[in-house]
Amino acid sequence: MPLLDDTGFVPDPWTRLADDRPAPEGARVIVSLARLREQGPPAGAAALGVHVAPEDDPEAVAEAAARAALISVGFSSFADGRGFSVARRLRAAGFAGELRAFGPLIADQFAALRACGFDAVEIPEALAARQDEAQWLAAARSMTLGYQRGYALPGRNILEARRAAREEAAR
Amino acid sequence: MYRYDEFDAAFVAQRAAQFREQVRRRLSGALTEDEFRPLRLMNGVYLQLHAYMLRVAIPYGTLDAEQMRMLAHVAEKYDRGYGHFTTRQNIQFNWPQLKDIPDILDDLAGVRMHAIQTSGNCIRNVTSDPLAGVAADEIEDPRPTAELIRQWSSLHPEFTFLGRKFKIAVTGAENDRAAVAVHDVGLRIVRGPDGEIGYRVLVGGGLGRTPMIAKTLREFLPRAHLLPYLEATLRVYNLLGRRDNKYKARIKILVHEMGIDAFRAAVEDEFARLDPEASAPDPAEVARIAAYFAPPAYPELPDACPALERARRAHPEFDAWVRRNVHPHKVPGHAAATISLKPIGGAPGDATAEQMRLMADVAERHSMGELRITHEQNVVLPHLRKDELFQVWRMLASQGLDAPNRGLVTDIIACPGLDYCALATARSIPVAQAISRRFADPALQERIGPLAIKISGCINACGHHHVGHIGILGLDKAGVESYQITLGGDPTDDAALGERTGPGFAFDQVPDVVETLVRRYLELRQPGETFLQTYRRLGMTPFKEALYAAA
Ligand code: SF4
Repeated sequence: MPLLDDTGFVPDPWTRLADDRPAPEGARVIVSLARLREQGPPAGAAALGVHVAPEDDPEAVAEAAARAALISVGFSSFADGRGFSVARRLRAAGFAGELRAFGPLIADQFAALRACGFDAVEIPEALAARQDEAQWLAAARSMTLGYQRGYALPGRNILEARRAAREEAAR
Repeated sequence: MYRYDEFDAAFVAQRAAQFREQVRRRLSGALTEDEFRPLRLMNGVYLQLHAYMLRVAIPYGTLDAEQMRMLAHVAEKYDRGYGHFTTRQNIQFNWPQLKDIPDILDDLAGVRMHAIQTSGNCIRNVTSDPLAGVAADEIEDPRPTAELIRQWSSLHPEFTFLGRKFKIAVTGAENDRAAVAVHDVGLRIVRGPDGEIGYRVLVGGGLGRTPMIAKTLREFLPRAHLLPYLEATLRVYNLLGRRDNKYKARIKILVHEMGIDAFRAAVEDEFARLDPEASAPDPAEVARIAAYFAPPAYPELPDACPALERARRAHPEFDAWVRRNVHPHKVPGHAAATISLKPIGGAPGDATAEQMRLMADVAERHSMGELRITHEQNVVLPHLRKDELFQVWRMLASQGLDAPNRGLVTDIIACPGLDYCALATARSIPVAQAISRRFADPALQERIGPLAIKISGCINACGHHHVGHIGILGLDKAGVESYQITLGGDPTDDAALGERTGPGFAFDQVPDVVETLVRRYLELRQPGETFLQTYRRLGMTPFKEALYAAA
């Protein structure tokens, strides 16, 4: 499915592997959390990615994160916002690999997804056809100010900007 | 009052531009109606029975004269010349065109107003005590806390697609006038063991189909931990709250199903894992916000006011208004007053553009430019001089804004009901109007004393009927409106949910039902007892008998 990062649509170097499929030699593969727990990492893969769902046991997710270079977080619909918190938790726990949001998400959520720690979004073809790259990039930059500290918001953080202004004034 | 700085102003302007673009993308087909829906809801735009409705935020119910004038302008230019103040201290415009809404948002942004998160499954407009900053029983002004939460919750990247709406209320007074116990999170400003100020955090209250009184999540939360603790609470809710059934998706259901102890453990665990320093505002920022709410420069006045006493003696109607609608103020020689939006036979909470302009004028001339909206759908003038109360009253009377009924039987809360709302199962405004006409006599109202009637047009309970001393819920029974009555509800400190009397009544019967209940109360009450006290003393039986025995 089409993949976007902050530069727009990009080729996907990863392959999603059905639970009964072996890994192609030297490929970067994404497997389900269930498969990883039952079978361990697939033999021959060059890099391991794991797909998790919001209802997956947080302990198991944390365990997988320790072994994976990529975590794909599933969204059942764009209105199901649990994945935002899953990403936040993974980043807070120190996961430094690639974090990908997977599901029918919309352009208007791009900035928030990235603010919560996602690097990229993988969306269905039909959605990508309706919302082209220009819309995704424009929506991601429609706000250049935000209030929340501790999130990777686009543009300026208002609280930090105020703090800087205070320090400037004090000097 | 809080004033936007350049960043707040730019933020709100960007948000309005963003919505303009979203409307354009909806019209071009880039966004489906399903995708557009939550986006427009997060900007306060509902699709109602007859038209779009725009709900504008009045954060914690505070606004100035200029903002009130802008609401009048919006009512006149884009609507039918009036607006409806809601139980959440917001205002709704019932007849705007979708194509005009971006322009309305631009106009509002010009006076530091917005419609951000007045609906949708996100953190809603934070509500507070309408007497904040002036009440004599206040530990601390709750508005700096409310403003901090307003900013923090605006377009929060993690919490804008929650399982359901999320409402936060704050009070800083001993008497809770913000109904914090029926909110998803309620905050009470309290003093800690060493006298320092912090918060008691309540969670899981709410009305709707499954009304619940909130439980204590944290007995004492240090001030500096407020936002990180809210973040932990929201994260637990976002991750664990039910999403399979929208009627079970509020945090109250999660708290109920997990049990408060397990829920608390989950929040504390989450809180322990995050770094409070990373998300908390620095103390200078908290102080910056608080400074805006420093008390205005009141003139020094003696508390006794002979001019006021003379005017009261000379004008019995003014005297009645003072008795009912004027509140004590912490500064000598001053008072706060409620402008009732409940004239006899009127639609509760409605105000015309002319009335809004008049309220703005009165505020400018007599109340340091400030107004408050209450969750009882009235307006408060917070900073009046006692020696100007008579002039204020006369100005208000010129536009029919002088009803002396605050807290009385005709000060009825009613949701929009079947007249506007797509979800309604029954009318609610016409019921309020009929009851109001029945009790039109001011002397009778005063004899009855404090009595809160609250009416909802369906089980979603926007009219807060569960916490009405008399609650009225309009249902649909095989195509006919049927009104269920509850007694003994109370949103304040001893928060309680009302108890059902029995089978429902027809639309036409409701004024008789209320009259029967009131008459029974007048027969049974002991000297000085209110309706609620009599009910609490005697219970349901005598009232039930009065209602059903004759039938
Ligand atoms: S209680 Fe029902 S009818 Fe009344 S406003 Fe709410 S949803 Fe509409």
